Amino acid sequence: MERSFFARNPSALIFILLLAAFTLGVTLLSEGFGMDVVSTSMVKTLGKTLCLCLVAVAMDLVWGYCGILSLGHFAFFGLGGYMIGMWLMYERTKAIVISATAGGPLPATPEEIREGIGVQIFGVVGGSEIPPIWYFADSLTIQLALVVLVPGLLALIFGWLAFRSRVAGVYLSILTQAMTLALSLYLFQNDSGLRGNNGLSGLQNLPGAENVPQTLISIYFLWASALALGLGYLLAAWVAGGKFGSVIRGIRDDEARVRFLGYHVEGYKLFVFTLTAVIAAIAGALYYPQAGIINPAEIAPIASIYLAVWVAIGGRGRLYGAVIGAALVSLVSTWFTGGQAPDIPLGFYTVQWVDWWLILLGLSFVLVTLFAPKGIGGLFDLIAGRGSPERHGADLGPDPGALREKEAEE
Amino acid sequence: MSTLLEVSGISVTFDGFRAINNLSFRIGEAELRAIIGPNGAGKTTFMDIVTGKTRPDEGRVIWGEKNVSLLKMSESQIARQGIGRKFQRPTVFEDQSVFDNLLMALKNDRGPFAVLTYRRSAEDADKVRALAEEIGLKAELPRKAGELAHGQKQWLEIGMLLAQEPRLLLVDEPAAGMSPAEREHTTALLVEAAKTRAVVVVEHDMEFVRRLGCKVTVFHEGSVLAEGSLDHVTANKDVIDVYLGR
Repeated sequence: MERSFFARNPSALIFILLLAAFTLGVTLLSEGFGMDVVSTSMVKTLGKTLCLCLVAVAMDLVWGYCGILSLGHFAFFGLGGYMIGMWLMYERTKAIVISATAGGPLPATPEEIREGIGVQIFGVVGGSEIPPIWYFADSLTIQLALVVLVPGLLALIFGWLAFRSRVAGVYLSILTQAMTLALSLYLFQNDSGLRGNNGLSGLQNLPGAENVPQTLISIYFLWASALALGLGYLLAAWVAGGKFGSVIRGIRDDEARVRFLGYHVEGYKLFVFTLTAVIAAIAGALYYPQAGIINPAEIAPIASIYLAVWVAIGGRGRLYGAVIGAALVSLVSTWFTGGQAPDIPLGFYTVQWVDWWLILLGLSFVLVTLFAPKGIGGLFDLIAGRGSPERHGADLGPDPGALREKEAEE
Repeated sequence: MSTLLEVSGISVTFDGFRAINNLSFRIGEAELRAIIGPNGAGKTTFMDIVTGKTRPDEGRVIWGEKNVSLLKMSESQIARQGIGRKFQRPTVFEDQSVFDNLLMALKNDRGPFAVLTYRRSAEDADKVRALAEEIGLKAELPRKAGELAHGQKQWLEIGMLLAQEPRLLLVDEPAAGMSPAEREHTTALLVEAAKTRAVVVVEHDMEFVRRLGCKVTVFHEGSVLAEGSLDHVTANKDVIDVYLGR
C-alpha cells in the first residue's frame, strides 16, 4: 500500500549517499590511510562536526517539527560526553597506575591501584577518594548504557514536570536554559565528583588501544560519527515522517486542536523531548573522545543557544537544513576563531575575526530570521519548486472582513 | 430518547464575572440542537466546559450510558470519549495535505507508540476518501490545507470531526463567512451527521438555524432562557426582549 521509506523521503537517501561519499573521501585522503592530504586534526574536526550535525538533527526534531524551543539540549550532549569520559579516564589512569607500580617488589593490591587512580584523577581538586558516581567507571558496558540512561532520565523527569504543567513557548525555553545553567554550575564545583572546572581530559587516548596511532583512531571515530549521524538522520526522518510526524507538526502549529482530536499532547512532547535528548547524548559521547577534553563550560547556556542558531540558519523543519546549518556554521566558526581568517586592517582599526566573528554570526542570524525564515535549506525549495502557495490578492485572514494584503503592508 | 450528555447546575466565574450561571442542558443520542444567544451569553464557555478546556466552579457534566463525569478528564480524554469540537475559526493544519489532516483525525489508537508504528492500511485510506467525498473535497486530497478556500477549510474541519466518529459534535458558528451555496452544503452535512449522533450547533444566524429545522436553546447571561422549536422561542417575550428585539 505505502511506498518504501526512501521513496517517501528522497532527501534521506540523497543525504545518506552524500554522507557515505564524504566519509569515504576523507578516509582516502587522510594521513592514516596514506594520501596525507587531510591532516589528523582536520579529520578530528570533521568527525566532531558530524557529531554536531547529529545534535542539530535532534534539535530540529524537537524544535523544527514539534515546536518545542529547547535551549538545553547541550546539557544532554555534555552529559553523554561525561558518561563516556568517566570510563576513558578511569581505565587509562588505571593502566598508568599499574605500569607505574609494576617495578615494585610486590604486585600492587587492588586497593593500592584504586588509591593510585583516586590520587591521579582527583588530586587536582584536592581529593583522593573516588566518588560514588564513579562506581561503574571501570565497566565500558555500564558507562555506555549510562550515556543513554542518565540524559534520557533527566529529560524524562524534566519534560514530565514541565509539560504536565503546560509550560510552553518562551517559558519552556527559559526553563531549559535554567536546567543547563544549573547543571553546568553544579559540575563547576570541585565536590561534584567530576573534577570541577578541570573537567575530564585525555579522552582521546583509548584504553587498550595504546598502540593504535591517533591517525587511525581519528578515522575510526569519523566512521563511528558518520554511522551515528546516518542512523540518527534515518531515525529522525522516520519519526518525522508518517502519522507521528503529522501529529507533532500539528502540535507545533496548533496544540489545542490536536488535543481536541484526542491526542495526549503532553505524552507526545515528552516522547520527542526524551528521544532527542538521547540522540544528543549519543552525539556527545562520540564528540568528546575526539575533542579530548570536556569541562562544564561545554554545557553553559550559550552552547544550547548556538545549537538553535545553527538550526535556524540551516532551516528548521527539514532535517538536512539542520545538518547544513550545523556543519557550515561550526566549520566557519572554527576557521574564524582559529586565527586562520586574515585580519582586515582599516587603517584606524584592525578587524580581528576572533573578536568580530560573533558579531558576524549574530548579524547573519538576524538577517536569516528577517529575510530567509526557511534558512539555507529553503534554497532547496527553489530548486524543487515547492514554494509557499501563491496567494497574492487573497484575503489574509479567514473572514472576508480580514485584512487584505495591501492593508497589511501599510 | 436516552440522554447522551447531561449538564446540570454548572456555574463558572472569571475574575468576578459570572460567565455561566446555574446552567442545565441535556441532549439525546441522535439529536440536532441549535444554541443561540447574544454575545457574552456563555455559549463558547459552555463548550469549553463540556470539552474540558474550562473547569466549572460547581455543577455536574455527565456523559453516556455509564453516567461518567467529564469534569475529571483532560481534553484529550474527553475527545477520546467521543466528543468532537469545531472552533469558530477554521483550525486545520495548514501545512499538511487534506489527506493527512483527515488521516490524523481518523479514529485509531492515539498513543504515541501506536502512532509511531502506524502503517496506513487500505481500509483507512478508503475511509479518508469516503469522508472527502462526503465533505466535497475529494479532488483536493493531495493539496495543502492552507491552500483551500475559507468554506472548504470549514468543511475539512467538519470532516475531521466526523473522522473521529464522535457521538457528540459541538460546532461553533459553522456558517460564519460562508457564501449562500456553501451554507447550504454545510446545513446538509450537519443534518446528515445528526442522523447518527448528537450535534450541537452554536449560531448567530437565524436563517441558518431555521434551515437546520431543529430544537433551539436560547442562552442569556449564562443560563438557559428558553427552549423549543424556533417558532416557539422566537414568540417568547423574554427572548424578543434580550435578543431578537435588539
